[in-house]
Amino acid sequence: MTNANDSHLLEVRNLKKYFPIRKGFFRKTVGNVRAVDDVSFFINEGETLGLVGESGCGKTTASRCILRALAPTSGEMIFWTKEGQAVDLAKLNRRGLRPLRPQMQMIFQDPYGSLNPRMTLFDIVGEPMYVNGMTNRKERVERVAELLRLVGLRPEYMQRYPHAFSGGQRQRIGIARALSVNPRLVVADEPVSALDVSVQAQILNLMLDLQKRLNLTYLFVAHNLSVVKHICDRVAVMYVGKLVEMAPTNELYRAPQHPYTAALMAAVPVADPRVKTGNVELKGEVPSPANPPPGCYFHPRCEYAVDVCRTQPPEFREITPGHFVSCHRADELKLPGVAL
Amino acid sequence: MNNQTALLSVRDLQVHFLMDEGVVKAVDGVTFDVHAGQIFGIVGESGCGKSVTMKAVLRIVEPPGKIVGGEILWRHRSKQDGSAGDPVVDLVKFDANSKAMRDIRGAEIALIPQEPMASFSPVHTIGDQIIEAILLHQDVSKRAARQIALQMFKDVGIPIPEQRLDEYSWQLSGGLRQRAIIAMALSCNPRLLIADEPTTAVDVTTQAQVLRLLRRLQAQRNAAIIFITHDLGVIAQMADYVMVMYLGLVMEQGTVNDIFHAPKHPYTQALLRSIPTITMTPRISLPTISGSIPHPFNKPRGCPFHPRCEKAITGKCDARTPALQLIGEKQLVSCFLYHDAEVAA
Repeated sequence: MTNANDSHLLEVRNLKKYFPIRKGFFRKTVGNVRAVDDVSFFINEGETLGLVGESGCGKTTASRCILRALAPTSGEMIFWTKEGQAVDLAKLNRRGLRPLRPQMQMIFQDPYGSLNPRMTLFDIVGEPMYVNGMTNRKERVERVAELLRLVGLRPEYMQRYPHAFSGGQRQRIGIARALSVNPRLVVADEPVSALDVSVQAQILNLMLDLQKRLNLTYLFVAHNLSVVKHICDRVAVMYVGKLVEMAPTNELYRAPQHPYTAALMAAVPVADPRVKTGNVELKGEVPSPANPPPGCYFHPRCEYAVDVCRTQPPEFREITPGHFVSCHRADELKLPGVAL
Repeated sequence: MNNQTALLSVRDLQVHFLMDEGVVKAVDGVTFDVHAGQIFGIVGESGCGKSVTMKAVLRIVEPPGKIVGGEILWRHRSKQDGSAGDPVVDLVKFDANSKAMRDIRGAEIALIPQEPMASFSPVHTIGDQIIEAILLHQDVSKRAARQIALQMFKDVGIPIPEQRLDEYSWQLSGGLRQRAIIAMALSCNPRLLIADEPTTAVDVTTQAQVLRLLRRLQAQRNAAIIFITHDLGVIAQMADYVMVMYLGLVMEQGTVNDIFHAPKHPYTQALLRSIPTITMTPRISLPTISGSIPHPFNKPRGCPFHPRCEKAITGKCDARTPALQLIGEKQLVSCFLYHDAEVAA
């Protein structure tokens, strides 16, 4: 377990999360939903990695495994702690995880469901500090005030309840809570998709600003490719529990190497009536992760599929430095990207 | 602006919700025309009244909501099918549950709702539900109705349609369910299709399929579509004509090119600037609209956008409401920057 690259904060190797399908009186396991199926990626310190894919592709499950809200089925998740130690998050038990929890925090999708309506802002933002040993109330009040200012809310709001705030303001509260214990890795699961368009930009700006000031590392889980393009340094694309491609953002958008990535790019409607998009149509449906097709999972919908795609699962390999793709034909295909 | 040619002509529509806490003016004087064969896009954020406007057109506003003023003029399909001689009726004057209204709703004006899961009954097969709608509006036998439903399923591109007709909604994937909803909405050959956020609940590749399908069907049948969404990308790709709403009022209307390339209202301009696009320089600070959408109970006086507007004129925008006025050829805007007229309160 050597740190190959000094800048890595998290390295995920062969992560799997299966959910058993049980049937009958004895609840016998008859199959598995392979929500995350052999996924490997890394996040560098201070960068934003986007994790994109359609609903059911396993992006949320993967992010929950990293935070150990779920116990992975197998695989390694090496996290480099503040003290410079490499620990495998997958192997730790509850007690072992405890000192690491403050270093990894989460921002949730739904700003309405993720704040307890019966707690004041002080309680919401102050609770993680209290749990992690800051028992002096005066200190907590000062810190909560500082955090509220940091996310653009007035410290006087501390004694109010969440219902008094709009969606965008609530999302700021959620961000303040995540930052309260000085995390290094922040997992943001669709942090702007529940917000109004005019408010989304405010939250994206706030996240970029906080990242610069606090040297945060983000894992940004989202399905909106324009938002991901705006905020991420690198992007990983998932399809039916597997990573199909991972590359620096501009490279991925300009020259995708996997047909699925290219199809996703082509499906994004551009907010300009003079640019006509949506002419390339991806046929068919996403297969079930309980019963994926043989070979490459994408082959039934792929217009470039050949025989090998139907039988051999492709390997997730690095084709140019920093650009990973799992496609048999990545070297020969020239796929259209977004004109940048 | 010509009532003779418009299929649907909404005039100064007001829909208020009379609640215990006060009156919410969800739609507060909205005027627009939809022509045959047009894709009319309505954009707006939550609370702007875009869905309530459409519910009013279909006369399905639920209490405590009430249409308190205005006209909804609809060009009724006459029996002879001569479009020039079609009588114009005011849907506001109809009783919501009357035979006349029920004949129009579903048959002449159909709805594609937002939630494909919640729109079908889970205990009846999809085929039965579509056949029921066909039998209600058309004078055909049950067997013929099934044939129509089958043809609709083929038209919207549902694979193995015979089998799908006898399945339940929960057996279909999100994309297929959305197609089934479209098939049901089109089964009675409506002249106007109201699509309320039809692709918000589906993934981007499914969205592309559904949008393509709607465009194709619209071209084949020459039906008009009112397309409601908050996604400016979808609007740019789908609509011919766009209406921008904010807090129950129309901010701006115009052709899709005018709205996206020459927006006049500060709200439209700010909204277009604030969305990240796929072709933009990444990781720069986006221009934002300050503040957030006010609660409908505390709607600001005057122009509803003035507290967030950079160009607000003190003493004018916060006191009076600007009227919607024609500027340019087909563009209408309600802003004091361009004219001085106000809405008679």
